[in-house]
Amino acid sequence: MTTSPPLAAPAPPRVTPVVTGKRRRDDRQVAWLFLLPVLIGFAVFYLYPTVRGAWYSLTDYSLLNTPRFVGSDNYADLIKDPKFWDSMKVTAYYVVINIGSQTLIALGLAALMHRLTRSVVLRATLLLPWLVPNVTVGLLWMWLLDANLGFVNHLLNGLGLGTQGFLASPTGALPSIALINTWAYTGYTALLLYAGMLQIPQHLYESAALDGAGELRMFRKITLPLLRPVLALVLVVSLIGSFQIFDTVAVTTAGDPAGATRVIYFYIYQQAFTYFHMGYASAAAMFLVLVLGLLTFVQMRLLRASRSDLA
Amino acid sequence: MRLNPGRLFAWAVLIAFLLLTIFPFYWMVRTAITPAGDIFTDSTSLVPHHPTMINFWRILGLVDAQTAREAGGSGAKINFLRYTLNSGIYSLVIAGVQTFCCAMAGYAFARLRFPGRDFVFAVLIAALMVPPIFTLLPNFTLVKNLGLIDTFAGMVAPSLLMTPFAVFFLRQFFLSVPREVEEAAVIDGAGRWGIFWRVVMPMSRGPLITIALTTSVWAWKDFLWPLLVGRGEQTRVLTVALGVFLQQSPNTQPDWTGLMAASVLSVLPVLALLVFLGKRLVQSLNFTGIK
Repeated sequence: MTTSPPLAAPAPPRVTPVVTGKRRRDDRQVAWLFLLPVLIGFAVFYLYPTVRGAWYSLTDYSLLNTPRFVGSDNYADLIKDPKFWDSMKVTAYYVVINIGSQTLIALGLAALMHRLTRSVVLRATLLLPWLVPNVTVGLLWMWLLDANLGFVNHLLNGLGLGTQGFLASPTGALPSIALINTWAYTGYTALLLYAGMLQIPQHLYESAALDGAGELRMFRKITLPLLRPVLALVLVVSLIGSFQIFDTVAVTTAGDPAGATRVIYFYIYQQAFTYFHMGYASAAAMFLVLVLGLLTFVQMRLLRASRSDLA
Repeated sequence: MRLNPGRLFAWAVLIAFLLLTIFPFYWMVRTAITPAGDIFTDSTSLVPHHPTMINFWRILGLVDAQTAREAGGSGAKINFLRYTLNSGIYSLVIAGVQTFCCAMAGYAFARLRFPGRDFVFAVLIAALMVPPIFTLLPNFTLVKNLGLIDTFAGMVAPSLLMTPFAVFFLRQFFLSVPREVEEAAVIDGAGRWGIFWRVVMPMSRGPLITIALTTSVWAWKDFLWPLLVGRGEQTRVLTVALGVFLQQSPNTQPDWTGLMAASVLSVLPVLALLVFLGKRLVQSLNFTGIK
């Protein structure tokens, strides 16, 4: 990441006796004390489990036995496992619907706010669904989409469109979950994009307006190109988040009907904690690490290739 | 600015989005104050015919089992007062301790000189790339082997001391603190700790509150880890309790009025947060998200 220029510069001459004979200050003793709690937390709950997870993926660990080395067996099984590939497909389908709709709506919403109002109350209200637990969001929409008594079906019936199964339907369940999370995250995403739009100099819009450009034209010719780095960054972050959908699925459908909503996170969870295939689950998780790493890399390259003129 | 048809239309769209955001919450409250017995006959009107608070009392465990059953409950012991409290403690403890520890580390990475600093920092940041599920599996094994399942210690352990993001965020902020402030304190004879605790920390109230807020909201929403490690009655948090409550439903139909009352409990604290700290939260998105 960033190595900060000010720290690389030589320290100014000191008058305190502590630094006698040294041009550069050295705080090594006190520094390790400052770092101690974080280093302990990192070593025990990030570093150690990362190594251990990689090791599990090469064993037959089941939570109950002592892990035995099985080489690449788990990976070989994974490649042949239709349910695993199915869950990857389901996840990809989910991500496309979720990220597609969420990004487009958020972009529109941010542009509307940017050109209409600076109201903090409005922005805070849009943020509310993001602050609420995903479990609550899942339950709430399960109720709203209920086949018999749900408000949405009352509305559809009122319009003469007939009752929809939504979360209970094999074809409707996954898009329903994707759109539920779009509802939950669009406001947040819009606020991030809006913050990016605020960095665009106002005078560009003023001179464009003087030249007779309309709002749509300004959006295409000013907002969109200058927002591109922020947009790309927001896209990477929400894409990675979207791949890790779990809570909503666990609460509303638990992978049903017939695996139609069994996303990769849920599949790994099931393998590990329902069937106790810890080694196998770790191999699947390892695969997810690679996919997400690749996505980040590709996205970052795209981002660099299209730097904004403001950057 | 002048109002032309285009602008009016734009406002209409924006207001439609606002309604779409708020209405589901309204419907949550509306259902929560509907008597369970009315749910089949009275599920369309905007205001229930016989508003009641009984659903709240029964999920909070404030009425006896008999009354709760008559009001539509399963009769199973349910105590959302406890779960809400558990969620609150879980969020506040993690947010408080984590922010403090990460501030110390962020300061060390930004201002202190020691061998290996940039390397250690790079390793920490690399952990941002590892999806949580990967470390979650071995962490579960660890907590289980330590006998910490269904204990508060086991629940808070993985996120108590640090997240890579909090360290990164606070380091970036400390880099921007002018050095002159610290140098004045050095001349006054303050040690490293004195500078950090009495000079730098008070100056950094804004970013510290921002990161503590973000962390507490994250912990409030947390589901998977508490589901695995804290399912027991004593440690059960609100999100886990909602899932358990859904499965406990007595009939073929979930106990919607009770569930929505319990859902209201999970919204109230974040709503309060928005009312009192909404401005800070909204403005902080400018730099937690992007900068």
